[in-house]
Amino acid sequence: MSTETNNVKPALLQSMYQTMLRIRLIEERVADLVEAGEILTPCHLTIGQEAIAAGVCANLKPTDSIWGGHRSHGHYLAKGGDIKKMLAELFGKAGGCSKGRGGSMHLVAPEVGLFGTVPLVAATIPLAVGAAMASKLRNEVAVSVSFFGDGATEEGHFHESLNLAALYRLPVIFVCENNFYASHMHISERRAKDNIFKAGATHGIPAEQIDGNDVLLVYDTARRAIEHARSGGGPTLLECRTYRWRGHVGPAWDLDVGLKRNDDLKGWMKRDPIEMARTELIKLGVSSEQLGGIDPEVREEVDAALAFARASQYPLPEELLKNLFVGEGEAQ
Amino acid sequence: MRTLSYAQAIHEAHAQLLDRDPRVFVIGQGLWNPWYAGTTLKDLDKAFGCDRILDSPVSENATTGAAIGAAIAGMRPILFHPRMDFMLLAIDPIVNQAANWSYLFSAQVSVPLVIRSVINRGGEQGAQHSQALHAMLAHIPGLKVVMPSTAYDAKGLLIAAMEDNNPVIYIDDRWLYETTSDVPEDCYAIPIGKGIVRREGRDITIASISYMAEEAMKAGLSLEKQGIDVEVIDLRSAKPLDIDIILKSVKKTGRLVVADGGWKMFGFAAEVAASVSERAFHDLKGPILRVCLPDIPAPTSRALEERYYPRASDIEKTVKKSLNIVSVA
Ligand SMILES: Cc1ncc(C[n+]2csc(CCOP(=O)(O)OP(=O)(O)O)c2C)c(N)n1
Ligand SMILES: [Mg+2]
Repeated sequence: MSTETNNVKPALLQSMYQTMLRIRLIEERVADLVEAGEILTPCHLTIGQEAIAAGVCANLKPTDSIWGGHRSHGHYLAKGGDIKKMLAELFGKAGGCSKGRGGSMHLVAPEVGLFGTVPLVAATIPLAVGAAMASKLRNEVAVSVSFFGDGATEEGHFHESLNLAALYRLPVIFVCENNFYASHMHISERRAKDNIFKAGATHGIPAEQIDGNDVLLVYDTARRAIEHARSGGGPTLLECRTYRWRGHVGPAWDLDVGLKRNDDLKGWMKRDPIEMARTELIKLGVSSEQLGGIDPEVREEVDAALAFARASQYPLPEELLKNLFVGEGEAQ
Repeated sequence: MRTLSYAQAIHEAHAQLLDRDPRVFVIGQGLWNPWYAGTTLKDLDKAFGCDRILDSPVSENATTGAAIGAAIAGMRPILFHPRMDFMLLAIDPIVNQAANWSYLFSAQVSVPLVIRSVINRGGEQGAQHSQALHAMLAHIPGLKVVMPSTAYDAKGLLIAAMEDNNPVIYIDDRWLYETTSDVPEDCYAIPIGKGIVRREGRDITIASISYMAEEAMKAGLSLEKQGIDVEVIDLRSAKPLDIDIILKSVKKTGRLVVADGGWKMFGFAAEVAASVSERAFHDLKGPILRVCLPDIPAPTSRALEERYYPRASDIEKTVKKSLNIVSVA
């Protein structure tokens, strides 16, 4: 870990550790619930990639916005989205953050600056640019952060958005979570070169390629990018290299849409972002008792969320047609 | 004759087309893995090589433009979009380029391209993984749109789409993949723009397409037991639209229900209803009724999906409404 490069206080690292653990534990529970057939909505788990959401979002204020995609449970939670409402949404319940209209792939928490995650690959990259535009036009210091995968960089959205953001010097951080796969396809089957971060230079945007499993490094790199953006310096592109442990969608482990990834996976699991943070905390003098106290606390949160989701009602079929437009009375 | 599933029939059509014409190639997402295409493209990469079966980056716009360019340059591509929703990222090359080219250059240049796209909905996937956008495409001059509802048609219409020298949108439906029918072994084509009477009847006509043709047949069977004699037409192509086959039927029955898996407003069923009423108003004994999706995006929750998607029972109810039969629930 990169403690040498920054002076992160134990309390901050501990809070990021807790965020990662929250994401990990809820998603492990979700995996079980999918297996048990209690959750039907397609769930793309971010297990193994938690450090990116946690490290970036630890720098953000509620007035800053984030934007995500199909694999966004972690983004939602790291930005402060309500865990109960997320789980209820996965259950298709009226108590969910999208009131049962969105499922796992369409999460929302406007109260904390998450205006929507959607599964069309790359769709929210230009939206994040637009939020940065709004911030700049209103002379605010708010930044926006766009989270997307390596696959998303193959869409025109990505390249057009980089240019737009660079041209107008917009306060947006492009965070690419490069986990080397877009569903069944390895990056080497989709790109002539594994060099996503270099797209920054061609647009005059500062860019870095970093270890996305090192939460301190993510935090610190994002902090610099965000300060740069807040002070009018414009966008930054961060390519965070990581690996998802589970399959593209659903709880499967090694067998990912027909691909065996066992060897790679084993190597990456040795670099578990949560374990790495834990080791670092102990190095920083946090006692293992203190750390041990975090686990049950998070477990309780997850249990409470599950109880909430189960107890919540399904949306009323007679309210199916509501909310096509705002201002026509909300559905339950 | 052999029985094949809808998915197997699509696979066989691909294999035969690739086999008989070296200009044919397939490009799109999910070609080397059953993830997106089910078994419909299984192992084609192994049989025909990865040069002709191109599993692509996540780049709908570029792959579509490239397929159009390759078609103009003399190849016969099958472009694959594993969901209609993803195809929207490529709507510009489809609508502005592929559809226009022939007219724009007075038929001196053609775009002999098959664009295959899949309707894949349900299972709490929600608004961006559910859409049936055939009406939107059929709205565009210069595109033909075919939608098979049986295994036999799935094969014959794909081959017809390939044999056509114009851009043809071929839309298959995941909900039909396991259905089976007799499928000949030879490489046969079904004429584009011709519907078929799937079931003869006297009391009322149901005009349908794709998945709803299957549902209409179920409704027909159930209504038969209740003494109602339904004629079911499967239009097979959304464009060109075989209005004549409906006119002939309506002349006999005097009543029409249109069943479509797309949205009601400005939709396929609206076009059918308008075309029929323009030409057969005096044959009709009552209003044309539609069974379609309500005017909202697909919800996720199972409690809402259940209500959202029309089924045979909805067709049945609508038939009874047309015949002024009050159903005792
Ligand atoms: C426009 C579009 N094309 C294709 C898909 C199908 N799809 C869903 S996720 C995915 C892979 C995306 O890979 P990446 O961006 O690397 O994200 P990851 O799943 O690795 O987090 C694809 C191709 C889609 N949802 N949207
Ligand atoms: Mg990826």
